[in-house]
Amino acid sequence: MAAALTVWRSAVQRLLGAGRSWSPVSRSLSEARTVTLIPGDGIGPEISEAVVKIFDAAEVPIRWEERTVTAIQASSGQWIIPPEATESMNANKIGLKGPLKTPVAAGHPSMNLLLRKTFDLYANVRPCVSIEGYKTPYSGVDLVTIRENTEGEYSGIEHVIVDGVVQSIKLITEDASRRIAEFAFEYARNNQRSTVTAVHKANIM
Amino acid sequence: MAGLRCLCRMMGPLLRSPGLRGLSAGWANIPWGQEPEGHLPVGKLYGGRFTVTQIPGDGVGPELMGHVERVLSAARAPVEFEVVRVDSGSPERRGIQAAIQAVSRNGVALKGNFETAVGGTPRHRRSLNVLFRNELGLFASVNRYRSLDGVCSAAAVRAGRPRAPDMDVVVIRETTEGEYAHLEHESVPGVVESLKIITRRRSLRLAEFAFSYARRHRRRKLTAVHKANIMKLADGLFVECCRQVSEGYPEVEFDAVIVDNATMQLVSRPGQFDVLVMPNLYGVVINNICAGLVGGPGLVPGASYGRRCAVFQTAIRNTAPRLAGRDTANPVAMLLASCLMLDHLRLGDHAQLVRRAVLRTLTAERVRTPDIANGRASSTEVVDHVVRLIEEDVPSRSG
Repeated sequence: MAAALTVWRSAVQRLLGAGRSWSPVSRSLSEARTVTLIPGDGIGPEISEAVVKIFDAAEVPIRWEERTVTAIQASSGQWIIPPEATESMNANKIGLKGPLKTPVAAGHPSMNLLLRKTFDLYANVRPCVSIEGYKTPYSGVDLVTIRENTEGEYSGIEHVIVDGVVQSIKLITEDASRRIAEFAFEYARNNQRSTVTAVHKANIM
Repeated sequence: MAGLRCLCRMMGPLLRSPGLRGLSAGWANIPWGQEPEGHLPVGKLYGGRFTVTQIPGDGVGPELMGHVERVLSAARAPVEFEVVRVDSGSPERRGIQAAIQAVSRNGVALKGNFETAVGGTPRHRRSLNVLFRNELGLFASVNRYRSLDGVCSAAAVRAGRPRAPDMDVVVIRETTEGEYAHLEHESVPGVVESLKIITRRRSLRLAEFAFSYARRHRRRKLTAVHKANIMKLADGLFVECCRQVSEGYPEVEFDAVIVDNATMQLVSRPGQFDVLVMPNLYGVVINNICAGLVGGPGLVPGASYGRRCAVFQTAIRNTAPRLAGRDTANPVAMLLASCLMLDHLRLGDHAQLVRRAVLRTLTAERVRTPDIANGRASSTEVVDHVVRLIEEDVPSRSG
């Protein structure tokens, strides 16, 4: 069991890495860590339950605090997520989240966007690694995409200039760009990655 | 008006030629037809020969044009090229206005790509390709991605994908607005705003174009690619326009897919898509994904249509500066683009002659440049082979 935990921890270390240092202190089973669980919509509840079950069986020292996230309108008129969810996340600092659905004509901004804005989740890290034994079109994939999550096309600033003409503003700031670049290079350094490639369309924008 | 009637009379014999029957079976052929104002982009015919503007562009463009001229003369295509060179590196962009006027005049062009520097102030380093498109009113870019038997890119094989997935996807991209509005400003130091403009008029125009293309080519499904869950007003307007136009085309199934899902689906199962329609930036991304899937930028031809003219070029707009002058650039894309041009000029039998030779060289005879798996030939060797096949074919044509 301890061996399994070590393997799991080193795998998690490899996948999540950067920005913070993992002190390789082995936690005793009584020292459980509380994590906010947001099951989400659609298949969300099922897949979250699967995680809870498996962690249970593996006796992982994690205590789940389940919260639902919906868009509610505050007294100021701004859209926010339920205060219980906010409190829980701010206390625990770590959350596991399922997919959140936003209907196209919802009237409120995207749920994922709300979450990102609330907690200033600026770096979206997705490690993509080919799993041995699972055949996919390309083999030997081992790359990580790090995406700036607070601005760009997702600024949500849109106007109807005149009827039939819409303007959508893509915002790029030096601060946010610098911050994500710092994160990306820190990540690369912490995970022994040799190349950071910036993807852009600077010949047009 | 009298000039137009005279032109139509001359076109008669051409239109009745047997080669035209092959058109419906061929690749993306026949330009889009009736346009609201009733003008068709036709070629200029003088003394039985069409005059087409040729813009070599940068990088490998000039050498590819050389190959095209060789092949078209071997096929005895009645086409004269009016070559206009543009110095994209010079600050005053020498030649670009002449190129635009020549295309306006001739109505048809074969074009290489212009190199665009990254960064710099927007006003001075604006992309020449975008300027060219906007001045000529080229609003729809149409590329057809069809996988060929036994053809796959060398890079894909090295990455563990030994064959291209089965697909026949047409990508239609709006090319005048969206993210390419070139409207940017720094409101406060360190804060940049880039405006993406979507208008009802242009979205309807593109949707109309796309649906009539689908109808003419008997395509079953048309999918709009968008990000309307985030850009509710902008992409929302685009999708709404597509939906509105779809009501006039009941035989074509319409649906909409969010761009992130679309790209994932394209990579895993491209066969599920038929015709894809989208605004400007997604178009670039989707086009490149599709090109990567079928075998790389060296294979796919493309066309851009406007009210007054049609421009034929490679589907993927790269200049490949590292390949320039080394005789290794893949000539297939530009040669097939010239076939699309011949189709547009109603020179269907010439188009089929060249196309047959190019595809046979690529598939059956396996003479390929190194970007294609198992390719070892130089560009010249590929073109030599194509010319040889054409010359073998030509006597039987006149018989």
